[in-house]
Amino acid sequence: MAEFIRFDRITKFYGPLCVVENLDLGIDKGEFVSLLGPSGSGKTTLLMMLAGFEQPTSGNILLDGTAINDVPTHRRDMGVVFQSYALFPHMSVGENVAFPLQMRGMGRAEIEGRVKRALDMVQLSAFADRRPSQLSGGQQQRVALSRALVFEPRVVLMDEPLGALDKQLREQMQLDIRDLHRRLGLTIVFVTHDQSEALTMSDRVAVFNKGKIEQIGTPRQVYDEPATRFVAEFIGETNLVEGVVEAVEGEEATVRLPSGAQIVSAVSGSVSSGQPVFLSIRPERVDLSETRGDARNCLETQVTDSVYQGDHLRVQLQNAAHPLIAKLGRRSREFPPGTRVYAGFSAGDCRVIAP
Amino acid sequence: MPMKLARTAFAALTILFLVAPLIAILPLAFTSSVILTYPVPSWSLRWFEELFTADAWRRAIVNSLIIGTGTTLLATVLGTAASLGLRNRLLFFRGSMRTLFLLPMVVPAVVLGVGMQVLLAGFGLTNSYAGVIIAHTVVAVPFVVVSVTGALAGIDERVELAAQSLGAPPATVFRRVTLPLAMPGVLSGAVLAFATSLDEVVLTLFVAGPNQRTLARQMFSSIRENISPAIAAAAFLFIAATVVIGLIVVLSRSMLAKRR
Repeated sequence: MAEFIRFDRITKFYGPLCVVENLDLGIDKGEFVSLLGPSGSGKTTLLMMLAGFEQPTSGNILLDGTAINDVPTHRRDMGVVFQSYALFPHMSVGENVAFPLQMRGMGRAEIEGRVKRALDMVQLSAFADRRPSQLSGGQQQRVALSRALVFEPRVVLMDEPLGALDKQLREQMQLDIRDLHRRLGLTIVFVTHDQSEALTMSDRVAVFNKGKIEQIGTPRQVYDEPATRFVAEFIGETNLVEGVVEAVEGEEATVRLPSGAQIVSAVSGSVSSGQPVFLSIRPERVDLSETRGDARNCLETQVTDSVYQGDHLRVQLQNAAHPLIAKLGRRSREFPPGTRVYAGFSAGDCRVIAP
Repeated sequence: MPMKLARTAFAALTILFLVAPLIAILPLAFTSSVILTYPVPSWSLRWFEELFTADAWRRAIVNSLIIGTGTTLLATVLGTAASLGLRNRLLFFRGSMRTLFLLPMVVPAVVLGVGMQVLLAGFGLTNSYAGVIIAHTVVAVPFVVVSVTGALAGIDERVELAAQSLGAPPATVFRRVTLPLAMPGVLSGAVLAFATSLDEVVLTLFVAGPNQRTLARQMFSSIRENISPAIAAAAFLFIAATVVIGLIVVLSRSMLAKRR
């Protein structure tokens, strides 16, 4: 598949402040890519540069092989959805959706038909004559979505579009947008700081930190194979344990913990023996048992606290040298504080991360 | 309870303090007497008749309308343009620039008047409508700037960005989005500009010739010559016009708001 959007060594300064630093990123046609990161990590700035609202300080943005740095926003043919909806308050819902079609000089009859179809798509055709202010937040965002899609833009850009909605509505909209993406074959660049949102919707997730991409990959890759400490901590919950590499063998490394225990773990990137590293162990991958099981890695620990959280049991453990958290399925038995247990996990359930 | 009573009383006194001069002058507009004093012997409309038939007063009203309209148009266009320019965050000395636009509000009118006279004389514009309109525009622009800047500040910048992304070039964004959304502010600014021009006396004294004598100027001079109740009638006209314009603005603003 040909690369559709390319950020080529993009740098952006606001005065002396560098918000995006020498960034490279390619996005394929029809792909759903999320830019995920904490606020101030440069993800929104990158989106604003793609939309043409901001100019990169240096570097090129290519669309379908041509540089678009000098193309003004109104000729870029990109639909943008904002967190604040950004509907025209002085126009009706129908007029809002018709706006991009009028800009393209379409005839009245064609506009009418397209507006109707676009509003049908988001189940709002009954609201065409209302003012945006008469709609709920979720409905307004659906209007904004249909306005951004009605002119069949080459790319759809979304800047935290679900941030202002409550949890249930947000989850419903996530599935709706994912469904639209598949049905219409849209290319979507989606900015969010919500990691579960990024995992739910995207083909690929680019994790941003301090103006750089820490890792880009499928949701499964960024979650299961975090490349850096930041990614491991930002996406989901994880146990980070310090250790020193003893030996590297193919895709696996043996790491000695301060307590003296040895852990065999999968490796992201390259490490060499003697190197101090972090181990990332996802809490839900840890099994607890009172006997030393047949798991590849096994740590002797003591339960310090155990909290029932409805869908899972959260157990805090203390090893000789460091605390550990385990999330157990709800069928698990209780582990009262003070119980001595073995925490077991396979080599594939933890990752060695170079600091 | 006594607290509440005291507050109501205080509010009533404050309002009375503000409108007392109006209450004092308005009934005199309908007096049949030839001098501007109480008691009113009997009621009549003779002074309104005087206002619309006496040549000096009639010309003053027409002049006020001509100069007021010209000032309103010019001040609204310039003030709106200035407010739009002041939105630009990259503008150097944006804060000082804004202060500069508001300066005519605080500079004593006498100082402005002297400067204006010298300046307009240099361009040969003294004793002309254009000169008076320019002078009035200088003091009217700040009101438009304040009003329009307020309205523009209420616009979510992202709405304009959205319009751009949907394919609208800058001029279209202004015409279809920015201007309609700022309209209530532009309208209030225009009314304030008209009102400013209507009751401006000091600058008019400096720059206007006998042919540009406005209503306010005419009242000012006739109060020195003879205290005729025609002044009260003119004052009544003033207040009535202000109230009517105010009502129009309130109505049109609420209509604009309803459309949202």
